[in-house]
Amino acid sequence: MPGQVVTVTSGKGGVGKTTATANIGAALAASGQKVVCIDADIGLRNLDVVLGLENRIVYDLVDVVEGRCRIRQAMIRDKHLNDFFLIPAAQTRDKSAVSPSDMVRLCEELRPDHDWILIDSPAGIERGFRNAIAPADIVLVVTNPEVSAVRDADRIIGLIEAEEKGPARLVINRIKSEMVKRGDMLSPDDVLELLAVELIGLIPEDEHVVMSTNQGVPIVLNGKSKSAQAFRDIASRLKGEEVPFTPLDDDRGIFKRLARLIRPEGN
Amino acid sequence: MSSFFDRLLGRDNKSAQTAKERMKLVLVHDRTDMTYSELDQLKDELIDVISRHVEIERSSARIEMTQDGRQQRLIADIPLRPTRRRRSG
Repeated sequence: MPGQVVTVTSGKGGVGKTTATANIGAALAASGQKVVCIDADIGLRNLDVVLGLENRIVYDLVDVVEGRCRIRQAMIRDKHLNDFFLIPAAQTRDKSAVSPSDMVRLCEELRPDHDWILIDSPAGIERGFRNAIAPADIVLVVTNPEVSAVRDADRIIGLIEAEEKGPARLVINRIKSEMVKRGDMLSPDDVLELLAVELIGLIPEDEHVVMSTNQGVPIVLNGKSKSAQAFRDIASRLKGEEVPFTPLDDDRGIFKRLARLIRPEGN
Repeated sequence: MSSFFDRLLGRDNKSAQTAKERMKLVLVHDRTDMTYSELDQLKDELIDVISRHVEIERSSARIEMTQDGRQQRLIADIPLRPTRRRRSG
């Protein structure tokens, strides 16, 4: 089966697109899939540092598109996972160096040899976003439970539908369960009701994310934190597995999880 | 109205609830590309047109934009005034 192209986008910047791309990609690769991530944020590349591969860049996306190298030469292999690659963005060019049809052509070349092609979209609704969604089979929209992020997510979901790339699937990132419980943060249900799209992931606020990013290691490879499991769950859902959404504020989460393992059909 | 105790305990006016209410309105207008005043104008004109054909209760007419999934719907609830037929008199 040819690989699927998953674009991770958001509208608003800083909601966790790059972290989500890195971790969903790493989780897929850790489960035995062949994965390549493309950083489409030309001029503001970051997926390389999040993955800890910044020192290995020789060629980038624009070099591939402009024919200065073959795709293979621009693909950087991950330090930890054998079938996990990054095609970095160019840092010294701008978004107009790549066109939507360039992205489609590039992904067509990658599909036969990979199970998943993940594209980290830049923020905004302009050229970079259009480049990123042009080849997409599945579009994930990352948002935070905050008014500005939700509003921008709504705008981007509308654009994805207009481009006939929908329905988008929603990742709600940085949920602070304590604040949700107090009624001082939009709950996942509130956000879903407002945006009316299908949910694919709920990621709790987790300082381990900052720590693992500091080290340049995706958190899914780095332990058992809540957010790591949430990213792994997204990867499983992409693969078509039915993974229930666990309540984030549940202190007995580990026991419930255990109970589900023992009795998968139960509640 | 909320009770004194509710307010004391901070049980009402939770900021998330405020955010949700605000977002509902903002998203309607973002999606329809209509400002509040344009929507008001639309309502007035709609009521004018209808009242040219039937007598309506202007004061209790309600025209609202609602959300149905990702679709916006304009819902009009316009009570008609009972007609006094001439032949009864």
